[in-house]
Amino acid sequence: MSQLVCKSLCPGYDGKEILHSVDFSVDAGDYLCIVGENGSGKSTLMKTILGLQPAISGEILYGDGLQRNKIGYLPQQTVVQKDFPATVKEIVVSGFCGQNGFKPFYSIKQRITAQNNIEKMGISHLTKRCYRELSGGQQQRVLLARALCATEKMLLLDEPTAGLDPIVTAEMYSIIKSLNDSGITVIMITHDISAALKYANKILHIGQKLFFGSPKDYREFQSGLSLNGGCEK
Amino acid sequence: MSIFSTIAQYFSYPYVVNAMVVGVLISLCSSLLGVTLVLKRFSFIGDGLSHVAFGAMAVAAVTGLTDNMYIVLPVTVICAVLLLSGGQDSVIKGDAAVAMISVGALAIGYLIMNVFSRNLRSSNLSADVCSTLFGSTSILTLSNTEVWLCVILSVVVVAAFIFFYNKIFSVTFDESFAKATGTKTGLYNLLIAIIIAVIIVLAMNLVGSLLISALVIFPALSSMRVFKSFKSVTICSAALSVGCSALGLLISILLGTPVGSTIVAVDIVVFALFSLLGLILRGVKK
Repeated sequence: MSQLVCKSLCPGYDGKEILHSVDFSVDAGDYLCIVGENGSGKSTLMKTILGLQPAISGEILYGDGLQRNKIGYLPQQTVVQKDFPATVKEIVVSGFCGQNGFKPFYSIKQRITAQNNIEKMGISHLTKRCYRELSGGQQQRVLLARALCATEKMLLLDEPTAGLDPIVTAEMYSIIKSLNDSGITVIMITHDISAALKYANKILHIGQKLFFGSPKDYREFQSGLSLNGGCEK
Repeated sequence: MSIFSTIAQYFSYPYVVNAMVVGVLISLCSSLLGVTLVLKRFSFIGDGLSHVAFGAMAVAAVTGLTDNMYIVLPVTVICAVLLLSGGQDSVIKGDAAVAMISVGALAIGYLIMNVFSRNLRSSNLSADVCSTLFGSTSILTLSNTEVWLCVILSVVVVAAFIFFYNKIFSVTFDESFAKATGTKTGLYNLLIAIIIAVIIVLAMNLVGSLLISALVIFPALSSMRVFKSFKSVTICSAALSVGCSALGLLISILLGTPVGSTIVAVDIVVFALFSLLGLILRGVKK
C-alpha cells in the first residue's frame, strides 16, 4: 500500500488552479524528486500535500500508517529566522511541538530523541550554539534534525540545497541519501536535475506537461521536450 | 535626609506602593511577549494598538461612558486579532497593516473628540489628548479595584505564557513547519493577539499610548544583544523590564519627572549598555 497518493489533484490559490490534475503515488522507502521551472507550482503542490492550503479539487490519500501531520518538513528559510535568538537544541526539540497537543512541555524521551537526531546530523558540537551564528549548511542540518523529530516515515524537503556551496550541497545530498537508506521516504523539491537523476527512484516533473515515472523514463521525456524546441512553452 | 529614607517615606503612602506593583506587573507582561513581537516583525504593534485604544477611549468619552474599559478592551482585542491572527497569509503584511490601523484610529479618535466635545464644551481638550497619549499621573491615582484587576490579569498572562511557551516558540520560529506538523497555529496566533491587546490596555494606564512600544521592544532588543537562547532572552528581558520600570518609577517620584518618559529613558540607557556589552562579548570571543 502506498504512503501517499495524489489523485487528479489541482493545487492553487484563492480558487485559481495552478496545476491541473496531478497524479502520483509514493511508497515506503521511495525517493521522489519534484522538478520544474520557477513558478511552475512546486511549492504550492508541497504546501497542499502538507495541508497548509486546501486543494481546489482532487484528493490526497495517506496510507501505510502515515498521517498528514506526521510528515517531517524542511521549509525554505524565512527572514524571521536569520536573526532569531535560539539554540540548536531549542529548535530541534520544537519538532515535537505538533505531536504534544495541549501538553505544555516536552518529555524526557523527546529530549533524548532530539539529541540523537542532532548527533545523526553530525552537529552535536553545535548543540548549545545560537542558530543565527551558524553557516547555511549547518542551519539546514539543524532544520533537518528538527524535521526528523516530527516524523519517523516521511520527509518533505523544499529545495534543501538552495544557497549552499557545491561541497556543502554534496554533503547535504549524502545525508539525505543516508536517511533514505535507513527507511525514511523522501520527497524533495529541487532545481538540480542531475541530483534528481542520480538519487531519486521516482521523478515528478511539473509544468505545462506533467511527467511522473522513473529517472530512466524521465531522460526520454526530457529529450522529447528538447526536440520540441528545448522548452516546454 | 538620605535618599533611602526619602524612598522609605514615599513607600509609606499606599498609592506609591500601588503604582509600584502595577508598574512592575505591566512591564513584566509586556516584556514576555516583546521577544515574540520583535521577532515576528511586529515591533510597532504596541504603538498601533495603543492608538486603537485611544480611538476607543475617545468614543467612550463622547458617549459619556464612565468606565471606558468596557469599550476599550473589546475594540483593542478585535483589532489585535485582525492584525495578528492572519499570520503569514494576511493580505496586507505586518508593518503596513499596523501603520494603517494605527494612523486611522488616531485620526478618527481625535476627530471624534474634537467634533463632539465642542458641543460638550469640555474644557481642556489638548491636555486630555496629551495625557491619554503620553500617560498621566493616573498610575498614582489607581483605585484598589484597578490594582487587583491588574494583578489578576497579570497572573493569567504569565501563567498562559509559561503554559504555552513551547508553542509560542514554535509558532514564532517557523509558522509553516508548526502548522504542517500539526500545531494549531491559528489558535496560538489568536491567543498571542488577545494577550497583547489585554497588556496594552493595561499599560495605557502606566505609560500612555505612545510609550507602550518602548515597554514592548526595549527589553527584548536589549537582551537580544547579549543572550543567545530563546529562553535566556525571554528571562533576561522580563528581568530587565521589571528593573527598568521600578527604577524609572523611583526616579520619577523622587525628581517629579513624568512617569512614562522616565521609564523609557531608563530603558534606552540600559539598551545602550547592553549593546556595548554585546560588542565586548563578541570581541572577546574573536
